[in-house]
Amino acid sequence: MIGTLGRAATAFGRFWWDFLIGDTPEVFVGTLALVGLALGLRHDHVADVVLVPVATVLLLALSTYRGRKRR
Amino acid sequence: MTSAVLLALAVFAASAVEMVEALTIVLAAGVTRGWRSALEGTALALVVLAVLVGVVGVPLVHLVPIAVLRVVIGALLLVLGLSWLRKAILRASGHKALHDEDAIYQRTVGELAEGAAGRPKRDPVGFVVAFKGVFLEGMEVVLIVLSLGASDHRLGLAALAALAAVVVVGGIGALVARQLSEVPENAMKLVVGVMLTSFGVFWVGEGAGVNWPGKDLAILVLVAMFVSIAGIFTALMRRVAAPGEPDRVAAPALSEEAGR
Repeated sequence: MIGTLGRAATAFGRFWWDFLIGDTPEVFVGTLALVGLALGLRHDHVADVVLVPVATVLLLALSTYRGRKRR
Repeated sequence: MTSAVLLALAVFAASAVEMVEALTIVLAAGVTRGWRSALEGTALALVVLAVLVGVVGVPLVHLVPIAVLRVVIGALLLVLGLSWLRKAILRASGHKALHDEDAIYQRTVGELAEGAAGRPKRDPVGFVVAFKGVFLEGMEVVLIVLSLGASDHRLGLAALAALAAVVVVGGIGALVARQLSEVPENAMKLVVGVMLTSFGVFWVGEGAGVNWPGKDLAILVLVAMFVSIAGIFTALMRRVAAPGEPDRVAAPALSEEAGR
């Protein structure tokens, strides 16, 4: 019983680890930073409207470049 | 209205991509181990996934404050959307191998064919393989349904869009059976990545108190922006050579790939 529960908990944890972090930890960390940026700029609506999408594009650029084929 | 249509399209497309992957496994299990067990495993997985949407989704919508829900779910959508978009760009630019459903099908059939001779009417291996395939691929669909549905208080619409994708992909799968490689999976993945990322940015902003110009129409602007960015990044990545690599192998164009 305990063994089954342990295996289920491990599988559950592994699912979320793979889902959120996996081989792209920079996406997870960058997203947290993005949320922080959006909340930090909540009183400056213009900055929020411009900076959050731009920061998302930069994060995509960084992560895509990091995933390029290497020798 | 705009966000409802986009939400339904995003959930439908995301569910269709995942269901194509699940269908490959179900077909392999059905052909090698018998259709009865494969279909029973599929049906049970779909029921479990539907229960998960109800059990987790309904309390989520009613108990969690909407601003908190939107920030958390927006972040979740961003992680998922950026991962899909990144993968689709890398595949379209030749930096990552395309997802080959034919190869996956052949490999799964090869593995399942061992010990298939003389199997009983109800085959536990076929049942478990089909169940696991549909359940694991479906979990991502559940997360997308919950995220998009809960953040916009349209859980029913999101669930219906996912169900429609299951029916459409299942129907097409029954007709074309083993020609799943014809599905332009990477182009679909790119579209879904764009939509999830756009919704993610929108909901994170909404949750943080941003007044998007044009309200829901801002999602369309974000979608257009990320489509352009994906096209530019794909073109740029085709020019990026690996360190020490003299020439890049010509990669298939996005439009060519969509036609496969």
